[in-house]
Amino acid sequence: MELRKQHDNRNLAPDIPDDWFVPMAKDQDAAEAVVRPSLSYWQDAWRRLLKNKLAMAGLFFLIALAFMSIFGPMISPHSVSEQSLTNQNLPPSSKYWFGTDELGRDVFARTWYGARISLFVGIVAAMIDFAIGVIYGGIAGYKGGRTDNAMMRVVEILYGLPYLLVVILISVVMGPGLFTIIFALSVTGWVGMARIVRGQVLQIKNYEFVLASKTFGTKTSRIIKKNLLPNTMGPIIVQMTLTVPSAIFAEAFLSFLGLGIQPPFASWGSMANDGLSTILSGHWWRLFFPAFFISLTMFSFNVLGDGLQDALDPKLRR
Amino acid sequence: MTGYIIKRLIAMAVTLWFIITLTFFLMHSIPGSPFNEERNTSEAVQRNLEKFYHLDEPLYVQYGMYLKSVVTFDFGPSIKKSSQTVNEMLGRGFPVSFELGIVTLIVAVFSGIALGIIAALRHNGFIDYLAMTIAVLGISVPNFVLATLLIQQLAVNLAILPVATWSSPKHMILPTLALATGPMAIIARLTRSSMLEVLTQDYIKTAKAKGLSPVKIVFKHALRNALLPVVTVLGSLAASILTGTFVIEKIFAIPGMGKYFVESINTRDYPVIMGTTVFYSSILIIMLFLVDIAYGILDPRIKLHKKEAS
Repeated sequence: MELRKQHDNRNLAPDIPDDWFVPMAKDQDAAEAVVRPSLSYWQDAWRRLLKNKLAMAGLFFLIALAFMSIFGPMISPHSVSEQSLTNQNLPPSSKYWFGTDELGRDVFARTWYGARISLFVGIVAAMIDFAIGVIYGGIAGYKGGRTDNAMMRVVEILYGLPYLLVVILISVVMGPGLFTIIFALSVTGWVGMARIVRGQVLQIKNYEFVLASKTFGTKTSRIIKKNLLPNTMGPIIVQMTLTVPSAIFAEAFLSFLGLGIQPPFASWGSMANDGLSTILSGHWWRLFFPAFFISLTMFSFNVLGDGLQDALDPKLRR
Repeated sequence: MTGYIIKRLIAMAVTLWFIITLTFFLMHSIPGSPFNEERNTSEAVQRNLEKFYHLDEPLYVQYGMYLKSVVTFDFGPSIKKSSQTVNEMLGRGFPVSFELGIVTLIVAVFSGIALGIIAALRHNGFIDYLAMTIAVLGISVPNFVLATLLIQQLAVNLAILPVATWSSPKHMILPTLALATGPMAIIARLTRSSMLEVLTQDYIKTAKAKGLSPVKIVFKHALRNALLPVVTVLGSLAASILTGTFVIEKIFAIPGMGKYFVESINTRDYPVIMGTTVFYSSILIIMLFLVDIAYGILDPRIKLHKKEAS
């Protein structure tokens, strides 16, 4: 079409000699060919995530951290609770890589043991939030109307609760410990997830493919499972990567107030709390290592979450 | 607008009632009474103590009395520190905590916005990366770690600032710095991203085409719209500053409300725990409410009286 048009109007461009206008060979017409291989949503997201150097660095740190939390205590020649009263408050050396604390316990072994606790708290809290939030938000969003209204009133009340205050209260009542922390974090934590899932489901349930599915007589549970949830996974995953660091932070905060993990077990928060009292006597390694790894973990989850947010957002697709 | 405010006020009251009830029953679900200690008290004394604190009444009577006392803002006496009432403690601690919180909020908001604007104007430049690195670090480093580092470096090693307590403006620098960095980082990131979005809009191009000075474009045209997302997070930021004060007040030995709260947790002083929790929660809920109202006033596109669009 285009070619023919130019040919007809060739006298409108007198500078261009006629013999420049040659018909284009058929196989040269590449405009309609598929330029890039077709990628599924997840492949495309992964490709974009790979390009984000900071997010990849975060992912790498987290994998390394998970690895060390499993094998770190094994690598160390000393056990977590082994006391050696002749070796109190030693600075880092070839024998004690991260130094020792006031009972002569190895800070290296305790740091990785603390990583276990912190990562465990973060991941379990995020999974519980995920389970409750998706079911609650999914039902509220899908049913809509009265059910949605009633369910969201509950969420509104819980959302207004000061999160850390509730966590502190529950820890006071239930007594400190790992289970208490996870329970306390989950009581209010799922609310954010429920709100996100509900918003997404409300939007997606009106799309044609859901309607098509309904006309085939698909059961509600199957529609939620197969049609709605896969399409809300992006924001859910992002929310989860942000839940984990906030849970880890809350654990550190509680342990710092003395409501967290109790000795002889260690978490980063309780180690930092112990280390704080000795910082003025120059035992910097006791605060430095747990604090450094808390920060590194928070940093990694945050940049990974940011990266995922960009990667999973279809609007930013190029 | 009025309808919306009334609706929100009712929701606030329900949330507050929920917190009071939750706190009350959580506190009373703990086995044993607060007076079961190693210290031997005769049975008569024990009974008198329980009578004084109304612990011998049935639970629903106690609950009713507590609700009444909350409505009249009288949280009763402390169990562990006899001769002191919770109200006195709050009265003494709150002004200090309020001062710390407000100064922190102001520092965090202004420095965060400034950092965000600079980063957005120098998008992908060195300053942008520097500012965002600071921001990510600020989010990643817990405030108690930052506080300790600040004490060790600035107060102990260099000895240019006092270590602890709360008596002069000089004493306020370190706690404020430690507390403000996290919120500042969040604000900086938000300001940057919304600023970047706003700067690509057509009306900014128009302003540039009119030949307005960059200062006027940024502050008069771009910033007004860029700051809306920042307003929405102010409520939750206030919450994080509030809980942050527990830790910061503990580290810097500041005689604020957070110190009483942490102390009361450690000594299981239930009236104080309940009183401070209810007090903190009401402040927070009111803050969230004010932020919502402010948002509605600032952004004319949002019509509060209409039913919330999902």
